[in-house]
Amino acid sequence: MPETVIRLADRAAMPRVAVHLGEVSIAYTLKGGGRYEAVAPSNLWVSEGEFVSLVGPTGCGKSTLLNAAAGLIKPSSGSVEIFGQPLSGINAQSGYLFQQDALMPWKTALDNVAIGLEVAGTRRRDALETGRALLKQVGLKSFADRYPHQLSGGQRKRVALAQMLARKPKILLMDEPFGPLDAQTRIIMGDLLLSLWQQDRKALMFVTHDLEEAIALSDRVVVMSSGPSSQLIGDFRIDLPRPRNIADIRTEPRFHALHREIWNTLKLEVQKAYDLGEGKDA
Amino acid sequence: MNRTRLLALQILVAVLAFAFWHVVTTTALIGDPKKMQFFFSTPIDVLSRCFHDLMGGEIWHHLAITLTETFLAFVIGAGGGIVIGFWFARQELLAAVFDPYVKAINALPRVVLAPIFALWFGLGIWSKVALGVTLVFFIVFFNVYQGVKEVSPVVLSNARMLGMNERQLMRHVYWPSALSWMFSSLHTSVGFALVGAVVGEYLGSSAGLGYKIQEAEGVFDVTGVFSGMLILTVVVIAVDGLVTLIERRLLVWRPGQVTQTAQG
Ligand SMILES: Nc1ncnc2c1ncn2[C@@H]1O[C@H](COP(=O)(O)OP(=O)(O)O)[C@@H](O)[C@H]1O
Ligand SMILES: [Mg+2]
Repeated sequence: MPETVIRLADRAAMPRVAVHLGEVSIAYTLKGGGRYEAVAPSNLWVSEGEFVSLVGPTGCGKSTLLNAAAGLIKPSSGSVEIFGQPLSGINAQSGYLFQQDALMPWKTALDNVAIGLEVAGTRRRDALETGRALLKQVGLKSFADRYPHQLSGGQRKRVALAQMLARKPKILLMDEPFGPLDAQTRIIMGDLLLSLWQQDRKALMFVTHDLEEAIALSDRVVVMSSGPSSQLIGDFRIDLPRPRNIADIRTEPRFHALHREIWNTLKLEVQKAYDLGEGKDA
Repeated sequence: MNRTRLLALQILVAVLAFAFWHVVTTTALIGDPKKMQFFFSTPIDVLSRCFHDLMGGEIWHHLAITLTETFLAFVIGAGGGIVIGFWFARQELLAAVFDPYVKAINALPRVVLAPIFALWFGLGIWSKVALGVTLVFFIVFFNVYQGVKEVSPVVLSNARMLGMNERQLMRHVYWPSALSWMFSSLHTSVGFALVGAVVGEYLGSSAGLGYKIQEAEGVFDVTGVFSGMLILTVVVIAVDGLVTLIERRLLVWRPGQVTQTAQG
């Protein structure tokens, strides 16, 4: 298997593997009884310093797989390893950026950012100071005292980003974080994310249904087949130079070539998922 | 609608009501003024009685008793509701087992308990506090229970990913959520604490506003009944205003709270 070869090579010279999903499958128990296998046994490696995107049709199990890496759900079979250690319970070395609003509505932006440090035992004064610095980095310096409902969707995402980064997690997990935002805001957020990530290049697993976004941001794009029992059916290296500018990179010929190549794999799955959905509805 | 205009209209309603009251009890418009005054007193008499009472020291003593009972009923009832509500929400089996009993007790009209509480706790303040507690407890209990149950799963997962342990989840997630639910029912529960106190006093005691009203009724002193009711009404409005202030202070983070503050 080529995967095994890569893995041995990884061990020798390349960066450490941050996240390893080994033959991970995930089935949900349905309310009325019965099981729904969302993800069939799958293997995925994400190395230190690597930005990996997971794309696939809606409902194929991207969030499910990401939640397994976060320790929020337990795989039905297979193993999750974080820096070589089997994961049990919450993945404490990772930060998670949720698709939905996940800020605590009763805390101000600053308190939301600082709370991760506070619960880890940092003195409140120091935590707030770090929080302020992070809010400044995401461009929300003057919004520290606002409550989440007083911020726009894009601003809330920035706060959530700062909140996640405050604890300096070694692994970043993001589930369609810019999904609900408008096109312009997505581009700005993408650039912000890249500039922050560029500073210390953590392992990053990024779920999206937007292939262009995935290519523009990532080092690798992994394609997932439509469910049930989804599999990882493609793994593409994105050899575009860094640092990147998201708006500009979309005009490059290499970007289009990659897009065409990956889309050929993805479109069949999107079609399948669509047909399946139609069938269910009828 | 202009605010001062609205206020003027609101005051106008009160003035008209008092004027109507005055006319029917001092002229022969509906019946013999003497008879009318026996049943309805007159606004002048009621207001002068209120003034007289408030000048004398006695009413303040009764008021203090009623407010003490209200306060104790609220604190004990809310405290119990918070603790039990939290506990039940975190222990599904416990909640399931006790569910029919909680519903049954809550369905009981509390007034029937007043004589029993008088028997158990005597005619002093504690039988009134007990009655108020049975009213406040359930409101707070249901709201806190709901507040813990309704915590958004995403907020909860996020808090876990931020490294919170169970104790920290309690403090930073479940507790604020439960409190916000409790505060949204604050007006009702404080109101019920007062109802418990006054009804308890009315049904058997030797002090408090409820007692004053009952005493006046006993000797067909309609003026006394109405002036007692008037004082009680003013107290209720004042307490409610206080609750609104506390609510605004504590729930600033809530969407919609801002516009409300802006209006006020
Ligand atoms: N708690 C659950 N119980 C049952 N089925 C679920 C649950 N969560 C997700 N699923 C199903 O698993 C599949 C994958 O879901 P998800 O990982 O959210 O997809 P994606 O993130 O790719 O859109 C979907 O078909 C969804 O209906
Ligand atoms: Mg999803």
